[in-house]
Amino acid sequence: MTIKTTQLAELCGFTQAVEGDEREITGIFTGDLLSWAMGRAKEGDAWFTVMGNVNSVAVSTLADCACIILCHSAVLDDTAKQRAEQQGVNIFTTDMPEFEASYALASKIKKE
Amino acid sequence: MEEIKLHYDVPGDDFTRAGEASADLKSRLKKLGIPSAAVRKVSIALYEGEINLAIHAGGGAIDVVIGGESLTMILSDHGPGIKDISLAMSEGFSTAPDEVRSLGFGAGMGLPNMKKYSDDFDIESQVGVGTNVTMKVYFDA
Repeated sequence: MTIKTTQLAELCGFTQAVEGDEREITGIFTGDLLSWAMGRAKEGDAWFTVMGNVNSVAVSTLADCACIILCHSAVLDDTAKQRAEQQGVNIFTTDMPEFEASYALASKIKKE
Repeated sequence: MEEIKLHYDVPGDDFTRAGEASADLKSRLKKLGIPSAAVRKVSIALYEGEINLAIHAGGGAIDVVIGGESLTMILSDHGPGIKDISLAMSEGFSTAPDEVRSLGFGAGMGLPNMKKYSDDFDIESQVGVGTNVTMKVYFDA
């Protein structure tokens, strides 16, 4: 079974903050430096980060990530939320640290 | 395909607007049916360029020429220029201020990413005059 962004809330307990276009999740990237994410995240990755600003939305769009998961209860600012809604970017939030949140999804991908 | 020429102005110090040119170019290339791997390379290289113009140069200009087999992006600014280009091109070297780092930039990956995601990359800079970067991406590479 393939994991889609619409299943993330149920499978991993993340909260959906912005509902964008449904995407298939094909990998995971975890990290907060935008240029690293930009250069190394792959198309279809779920991106785990604490950066909830408008630049994260731009990076996710340009690198073709499937979604952003904001960890450690990091705040999604209003401009970023607005931009994500305009561009159909899926954003989730969780109080889990980045490793735990990434593992929660990785374990599901591995099983399947 | 007939050549398409585009021009974008990038404002200085406005990180909420940096990314507009790359987002616009990306959607145009998709509509033109350019292969997605090439679109991704162009998007990443140009976004890094936009951020550099906003952070370091007080803004600048981007000229894009879309041809049948490749795309060329020329970024020019009248910023402070780069004293040591080979140092600036090395991963991890950054002169970005703290407020920029707090946004997640300033990792010293901007120029290296621009080179990595271009098939041809050229940079010319003169201290006190400005910097010109030319990046070319082939659609089938």
